[in-house]
Amino acid sequence: MSDELIRALSCVRVSPEDFDLGAEVAALRAGDPGVGAVVSFVGTVREWQAAPSGGAPARMELEHYPGMTERSIAELIVRARARFDVRGVRVIHRVGPLAVCDQIVLVAVTSAHRHQAFDCASFLMDWLKTRAPFWKKETAGGESRWVDARESDERAAARWSQGEGEGEGGA
Amino acid sequence: MSLTIRYFASVREKLGSQEAVELSALASPTVGALHDWLTQRSDAHAAALSPERGLRTACNQALCDADQALADGDEVAFFPPVTGG
Repeated sequence: MSDELIRALSCVRVSPEDFDLGAEVAALRAGDPGVGAVVSFVGTVREWQAAPSGGAPARMELEHYPGMTERSIAELIVRARARFDVRGVRVIHRVGPLAVCDQIVLVAVTSAHRHQAFDCASFLMDWLKTRAPFWKKETAGGESRWVDARESDERAAARWSQGEGEGEGGA
Repeated sequence: MSLTIRYFASVREKLGSQEAVELSALASPTVGALHDWLTQRSDAHAAALSPERGLRTACNQALCDADQALADGDEVAFFPPVTGG
């Protein structure tokens, strides 16, 4: 495992625990005078079906592939660092049971100037949604179903492929 | 060749979370050949691993294609398209 990947792994947390956006961002930029921009994205559990009156509240279960999950996100961070001029990166993803309005995922990035941080955070989320092994199962009104992958997410990730790999235009 | 097969999400619900297989029958062991071999184990395998389900595969915890070559001790996973984030 490369030093880059080991370093990236230390930026990733996958666990059932909730996170504090303010504390995470404060820690990410603490003591770094080169930071001029902080961008964070928080994904939350959206209500996908109105709760039936008197019924059990809707809930979500997030399954993942322990080990591969952390590693796949770390690999995305290594790619992102090669592509964007950023300073700090933090990715937190929750697993296990979640309720509507709960936080699911945090991507936070610091950089000298805003565009690199915005683009890096967007890149990480787009690729995380299509590459990291998580699966959502929704339960509401006594019925459960696995969430279907969305074609629009694949398209969102694919737009970053321009300029990567063969299309990079030489060294 | 000993392999650990892991299943996740809707595939796991049908086949369990993992199974160990001993493979000697495959002339050229690849993830695709393993998939075809698994589908012949039972009707449940055939249904859960049906190509129409658009399954993804990983070998030793990295996404891979059907032509990925297998080696003794590999961990191979089959799962639906991911839906995190």
